[in-house]
Parts: sequence; C-alpha cells; structure tokens
Amino acid sequence: MAFEYAPAPESRAVVDLRESYGLFIDGSFVDSKDGEPFKTINPATEEVLAEVVAASSADVDRAVAAARRAFETSWGRLPGRERAKYLYRLARIIQERARELAVLESLDNGKPIRESRDVDVPLVAAHFFYYAGWADKLKYAGFGPDPRPLGVAAQVIPWNFPLLMLAWKIAPALATGNTVVLKPAETTPLTALVFAEICQQAELPPGTVNIVTGAGDTGRLLVEHEGVDKVAFTGSTEVGRAIARSVAGSRKKVTLELGGKAANIVFDDAPIDQAVEGIVNGIFFNQGHVCCAGSRLLVQESVTDELMASLKRRMAQLRVGDPLDKNTDIGAINSAAQLARIRELSDAGSAEGAEAWSPPCELPDRGFWFAPTVFTGVSQAHRIAREEIFGPVLSVLTFRTPAEAVEKANNTPYGLSAGVWTDKGSRILAIADKLRAGVVWANTFNKFDPTSPFGGYKESGYGREGGRHGLEGYLA
Amino acid sequence: MPESVRLSVRKTYKLFIGGAFPRSESGRSYPVRSAAGDFLANAALASRKDVRDAVRAARSAFGGWAKATAYNRGQILYRIAEMLEGRRDQFVGYDIEPSTVDAAIDRWVWYAGWADKIATVYGGANPVAGPYFNLSAPEPTGVVGIVAPADPLLGLVSVLAPAIVTGNTAVVLASEQNPLPAITLAEVLATSDLPGGVVNLLTGRAAETAPWLASHLDVNAIDLTGVSDPELAVSLEEAAAENLKRVLRPGPADWTAEPGIERMTTLLETKTVWHPKGV
Amino acid sequence: MTATVPPLAEVASSASTLRAFLHGLPGVDQVGADQRAAMLGTRSIKTTSKQWALDLAIRMVDLTTLEGADTPGKVRALCAKARRPDPTDATCPPAAAVCVYPSMVATAADALRGTGIHVASVATAFPSGQAPLDVKLADTRAAVKAGADEIDMVINRGAFLSGRYLEVYEEIVAVKEACGDAHLKVILETGELATYDNVRRASWLGMLAGGDFIKTSTGKVQPAATLPVTLVMLEAVRDFKAATGVAVGVKPAGGIRTAKDAIKYLVTVNETAGEEWLSPDRFRFGASTLLNDLLMQRAKMATGRYWGPDYVTLD
Repeated sequence: MAFEYAPAPESRAVVDLRESYGLFIDGSFVDSKDGEPFKTINPATEEVLAEVVAASSADVDRAVAAARRAFETSWGRLPGRERAKYLYRLARIIQERARELAVLESLDNGKPIRESRDVDVPLVAAHFFYYAGWADKLKYAGFGPDPRPLGVAAQVIPWNFPLLMLAWKIAPALATGNTVVLKPAETTPLTALVFAEICQQAELPPGTVNIVTGAGDTGRLLVEHEGVDKVAFTGSTEVGRAIARSVAGSRKKVTLELGGKAANIVFDDAPIDQAVEGIVNGIFFNQGHVCCAGSRLLVQESVTDELMASLKRRMAQLRVGDPLDKNTDIGAINSAAQLARIRELSDAGSAEGAEAWSPPCELPDRGFWFAPTVFTGVSQAHRIAREEIFGPVLSVLTFRTPAEAVEKANNTPYGLSAGVWTDKGSRILAIADKLRAGVVWANTFNKFDPTSPFGGYKESGYGREGGRHGLEGYLA
Repeated sequence: MPESVRLSVRKTYKLFIGGAFPRSESGRSYPVRSAAGDFLANAALASRKDVRDAVRAARSAFGGWAKATAYNRGQILYRIAEMLEGRRDQFVGYDIEPSTVDAAIDRWVWYAGWADKIATVYGGANPVAGPYFNLSAPEPTGVVGIVAPADPLLGLVSVLAPAIVTGNTAVVLASEQNPLPAITLAEVLATSDLPGGVVNLLTGRAAETAPWLASHLDVNAIDLTGVSDPELAVSLEEAAAENLKRVLRPGPADWTAEPGIERMTTLLETKTVWHPKGV
Repeated sequence: MTATVPPLAEVASSASTLRAFLHGLPGVDQVGADQRAAMLGTRSIKTTSKQWALDLAIRMVDLTTLEGADTPGKVRALCAKARRPDPTDATCPPAAAVCVYPSMVATAADALRGTGIHVASVATAFPSGQAPLDVKLADTRAAVKAGADEIDMVINRGAFLSGRYLEVYEEIVAVKEACGDAHLKVILETGELATYDNVRRASWLGMLAGGDFIKTSTGKVQPAATLPVTLVMLEAVRDFKAATGVAVGVKPAGGIRTAKDAIKYLVTVNETAGEEWLSPDRFRFGASTLLNDLLMQRAKMATGRYWGPDYVTLD
C-alpha cells in the first residue's frame, strides 16, 4: 500500500510583488535614467514575476557616490555601538518577514520552500545578528587596536543563494563601518529589492546600502568603478579571474569566492546510512547549485557496491517538483542557460564512457528541470570529474588507500570544500590536515554557520566569509 | 465634592527565584526610602534559606542554559535589551539619569553580541609539537554568586550580563539601598524567554546573605564587586576558598567605561582537548 | 560493514562470532541520524494523504494498559474502545491489538473473541526482565495458554550492556519457542541502551534470534520511543530483509501522544523501510492516549471543526 503525499503548497499570498522595480539608491527606490528593463521569471513555471532594470553607467555612478557620501558623513561616522543596533534591527525585521522572504526566494530562484524556509532565511537573519555583535568589538578581533573600514564596497553576488549571499556580503561590510553597492544576479533580483525595503524599515541612513540590478555589464561597471575601495565577488572562477585582472595595480582590496569540485570521501568504516544522507545532501541540496557541493564521490573500493545500492535506493525517494510544495526535495534549475550547461556536461559524461543513472521521476512540462543523476565508472580525466557542473549530477570515483583518496581529492585546480566519512577520529583529523580545501566536513556536509569561516584554496578564490576571519576583508 | 484623584495600584517587590516571584520564606521585609528619606516600598528581606533555594534553582537551570547554542543565548540576551528599552521610563522613574538608563541598555546589547564570539576570541587551536589536533575552548564555570554594586542599574547590568552570556547561571544579591530597579530588571528577565533559574535575584542585606553564598559548596564563583566593607570582603574571599571558587574582588569601577572581557573570562573554564592525527 | 556478510546461520555459533558480527555492523552517527529524523519530521502531510495516514495509524495502535491497578473492568472497557474507537462514527477502523499483563489476558481474549483484534501480552518479568530464565519462560507460556496471540518480551539489558550477547540471544530463542504459534515482539528498551550503535546491535540480535517484531521500549523508562531510534531500527529491518529475505516488524512504544507524531513515524517508515512496512502486520504503535488524538484529528478532517476531549471517550 503506497503512502502518497498529497500536494502541500505554501501559499504565495504572503508575497506582495510589484509589477516593476527600480534601483535602490541613497535610501530610495529610483528609476534608472537609461538602463534597459528586463524580466525576472519563476524557473519552475516560466511565468514572469516582475520587471527590473539593468543599471547603466550613470546609475552605477550615482550609487557609488551615494555610498561615498554615506561613508563620509553618516554611516562612516557612527560609533560601532550604533552600527550594531542598526544591524540588529535588520536581523529582527528579516525574522519578522521570514515567511515572505522564503516564498519569494523560492519563486525567483526555484529552490524548494523547505530549504529557503529552514536553511536560507534563518541563516540570513543569523548572519546579521552575528556581525551586529562585532560592530563594537573590532579591537578584539585580532586585527589591531583600532581597525578602520575601507570605504565603499562593490559587491556582486550569484543566483544560487540570493539573499544568503547578500547577507554574507552586507553584514560584515556594514559591521566594520563600510558602505555598499550590491548587484544581485540577473535571474534573482527580488529578495535583494525586498531587503532594500527592509533597510528603509530599519531607517538605515540613506546611501549605506545601495542595490543596483543588472547583468554582467552592470557588474563590470561596478567592480571597475574608480570610486570603489573594495570588491567582493561570489560567482564563477572565470569571472573571478577577470575581476582579479581588472583590479590589478589599483588600491582595491578583493575577496573572491568562486567555483569548486569538492571530493566527498567515504571510507570502508563510514557510518553508511548517514554517509548516504551526506552524499545526497552534498550534491542534491539546492539542486546542486552550490559552489561547495560534494560533486565527486570518492568511495573506498571495498564498499562501493554496498554504498551505491544504498545511494540509489535513497535517490529514488527524492521528490522533484513544485518548489512551493513543502514536500519537494529538488526544485527547478535556475535558468535555461544553466540547464543547457548541465545537459552539455551530462552528455559529455555519457560520451566519455561513464554510466548515468537517475531514479524515475516525472518532470513538469514547463520550467527548467533535471533529474538527480549519478555517474559511475568516472575517471579523473573525464570532464564530469574536472569541470564544475553546478547541477544535481554526482560523479563517482573509487580509491584503495587513504593516500590515494587525498591525492585524487586534491588533484584539481579548485579547493573550496571536501567531505570525509569514517568512524575513526584520528583518520578524520589526519585527512583533514592533508586536504587542500578551505572547508572540511567530517561525517556531515553542507553545514554553514555565521561563526564559521568559509572560503577556498587555489582557484576557488581567496578570503573568508563568516567568523572573525570574515571581518578581515573589510578592514584596512 | 472635590473631583477624586485616581489611586494608583502600587507594585509589590518580591524576590526572583526559579523564574517566579516568591516572598522571602522568612516573611520579612524592609522599607526602601528615596534619597530624600521618603518611603518608596517594602522590599523582601532575603534569608539564608532563600539563598539556598536560589542556588538550587540556579544549579537546576545550569545544564540547559550551558547547553543552549551561543546563538540562542545571544538572541535571548538581545530580547532582554528589547524589554529593557520598553521599560526605559520605569527605570528613569527610579531617579536614574536617562543617559544612564540608555547606557545600561546599550551595555546589555554589547554583552549579547559576545555570546557567539567569546569562544573565537578566548579559545583556539594550539600548534603543539606533535601529530595532534589540539583545541582550547571556553566553558561556563557553573553557578555564580554576585554581590551587586551600589549603582542600581548600569552597575547591576555590568556584573550580571557577563556572567550569564557565556552560559553561567547567577544568584544576585541586589543593592540594599536601591533594590527596586533590580526587581524591575527581574521582571524584564521574566518576560524575555530567559529560562527560569538562570538569574535569581534576592533583595535584602548583603552582609547577612553574602556569607551564605560565599560559603556554599555548590556555587562555583563569587563576584564581590558590591562589597564595600573591606573586612567583610576578606572574610567572604576566605569562605570562598573552601571549594576554590573563582573570585572577582571588589574594586573601584567606572561603569561608564567600556568593559574589557575579564568579567567573562574569569567565569570561564578553558578545556583543551588533544586528539591524534593519523590514518 | 564488509561487502560480504558471513552466512547468518553461523553468526550465533559462539559468543565470539556473535560479538564480532555485531561489532562489525556499520556505526551510526548520532547527529546524522537525529538530523535525518528531524528532516523526515518536516514532511507536510495534508488532505487525502492525512486522512489515509490517520486511518492507517488507528489500525496500527496496540491499545495498551500496563498498570498495577488494572482490573477486568478496565480491560473490558479498553477492549470495547479497541473495537469501536469512535462511538459516533462506524467508519472508524478498529485498533490492531490490546496489550495487557498476563493476568489480564483471559479477560481480553474473552472480550475480543471473533473481532480479529489481537491480544498482546507483555511477558518475561516485564518491564525489568530481572528474573531467572525459567520464571520468564513460565510467564510466557501462561500468557499464551490464557489466549495471547502476541507476546512482547524484554531483552536482558544487563547481559547486553556487559557484552554477554550470546546469553541475550539464547534467551530470545527460548522465549520464541515458548510462544508456540504466538508472534514475538522483542523489546530492546532503547532508553537503557543509550547509544544508537547499541540500538543497531540489539535490533540485529532480536532479529537473528527469530523475533517477529522489534520494539523500542516498555514505556516505563524515559526516554521511550523517539523518532531517531525508530529510524535506526527501521534501517536495521530493511537491511535484515536484504540479507535474509525475512521482513521483521517494528513497534515504537511510549511517548507517542499526538496524531502529528504518529504521522511523522509513518513518513519515516515510508522513506526508510518502505511500503511493505505500512501495514499493521509490520508496524504498530504502543500507545494509550494517542488513539484519542488520532480520533480528534480524524473527526476534524471529516467535520472541519477542532474537537475537544469531551467528545472522545476516556476509558
């Protein structure tokens, strides 16, 4: 007898969408003078959600000037104690509007409501709370007796965790006394624009936070702007490289959080059921649109068959569908472009000789969807073992000894994260020591906390976000 | 017939133990007077049995409070600041300067922000000379007895917040002359999601009750800040030595200055764990 | 766990092989198990699926009274409730069984004759199990003779915690034999086992020894049933079936008070052991107050109104 879960949709009524949004500059929503409008859609249905505008060079100038003014005359003059209280207000209002933000995030991004409600939005509030508390304690942070802010920060964020990436950027920047101009990703601008409303509700001094929507061009204008003292970017390694080149020789300090191809290493003595959960969470959480996703499963050869059987059985329980249904595990792919890229790499996987498996699932007709997929028989040379797919696709490789696992795990230009599954504590610590990755998860995966520094080695970027270390990039 | 003036409903000032407001088990009270000598209220006069009950409540609450996440404790302390702000006028009504009340609220907010940071600042990984993972992490010491200073709000906040933000629970002996703000603070705590027993507040004569607190073997630390009599301070410190309580001695205090972290670290134990690193 | 399992028939051939087998089972990461259970608890079961789940849960209830003060009158009232849980609604299904002490079995058997509702009896010096083996076996035989269809035994926790696994095993085998045709539930008393690793080992012990069901608790010790513990046991029965082809049932008992909780358990069954376990033959709830909350939720779905305790019977 089958237990069918009836639809359990979260109501959209809590969200009040406007037909169109302008830019948020100097404390108000303003129209762009000459920017091109574009639409943001719901990737699960392809319905248009709202119209936004691509900020032009003149708009970016205005925003940076407003941020500069606020830095020099208002926000930048506040004692830390007062900055703290503003940030606490932001955190509180985010908590108050949590449901609305979660639903909007799922509509604009495609991620399941359970994730935006239980993971994204709570972490957003927590980041603001955490950094609020640093604003008046900077002398204890280990960066000198009187750390100073840098000035105006240009921040460009990706579409995979729109509001959370905004929090990771804005909270430490403001806590340390900087002002910001932030550009959300072109496919996910809406929660940033509601955040702008929240800044108004908190009565944040105008110009402290400025939001300019747009795509790659707007981002470039912002990052290359002369009036900017600091650049913070999360996105692809390709764009990160371009940014690093463009700021060469300037005064701008840069932090970059880029791509990854994390190895999730499972030893023969791993707690198997929890390891399977960790693997599934590692690559299918947020549809695999995660820079630190455990996209390479490195399993000790002696337990491969057993692990794969358990993994496939578990994957068959993943529910793919309407992001607003509370029982959905895997939502929509964020855009047609991303779906095309996932398909291309998946096809390459099969073409190169790896074997694909997906559980049977019914994908909706409209919208962008990809069934969770696992490739076995993958070798290090395959494209699907080297290139970041950024989708729900897992590549499985095997190893015989701990040294071989470490070697394979490190054999990549990336170095953002890694997972280790074993019952033996000393092995966890020895392996963690040798992994060239900025975040190592042992017997768990995809855990984030505002107190815990996050960032990569090598081409996964530099600088850390979260924790005491997260302050450093915003201090002179 | 002259128009009658509305009679106010006066507040009763009781003790604060285990999240509730009982009277002293001794049934005693004492009159509290304003600086000018006017009668303000009868405050409860705590006995040694009240001290005993308060310590028991603090011990009971310790397990849960110490195990709460730092984030959770920070949230609760911030909520306390919200409730304090709401009662700002009440505190001003006790003849406290408005700017001092503001400072007390801001101080509470300052400490709230330490909950999830003290471990980073005061703990850390240690690079030992061997294949070992070595981590030092601070933990709360337990039940803290506090003799509150004469400054009835800012001083009180400055000794209480650092004790509990890190996970300790507290038994506070309020200022004898000026206990009313302390009981109002207790009302703030009672409406702030703070679990019962984390803070217990006794009004009365500290000279009478402090020795019972200082000698109590289930109290782990004692803050003697509010003890103005030097001889009493010495005898309390001697009594505390019986179970090697951590001691904060009395001393001159400028409550307006930004505190350092010593009030928190004195009430923290550092635990260092070693673990080999080997496949 | 190594890829090849030694033939299970030989696992209990000696104390040391049994110990090696049980200690060779994969460990359970406590935090991971807790989080998996918590995630399963976020499933939102509404409308038709909720109605289906509520009816199934009612059909899975082992309505229980295990008090020193039990009398024939009390037991008869409970049996009446098991037959007709909702006096206002004949479409409400009956409970699976009534669970009582051995001294009350005859009364229950009499009251339930011809209804298809089973009589379950605790036995083996329930709840502590601290009695000589022959006393425990006599307890079992008496209950079966009085009419029990099912026996809920307790394992010897003292022996388990001191590592005498073979002793625990052999006791279960002996009780199973004393059961005759009655089916055997093996109570692990997970609250006393303390770790999920122990719960996994004790689950396998109970199954290897021939138990038809493994059961979490006596309900007399806190904590009783929890969602993570039940998850670990469901993983064990799933793995046991894969290794042997035999499907053993699971019964969480004690501490499940609300319909909402019960539905979380059914979700956990569904997504761990699978469909085959969504039946009273493979899953039971050991409960007393749960039934009334199931009835109230069922009535709310039918009438659209929230009910109160005045509208369900207190037996």
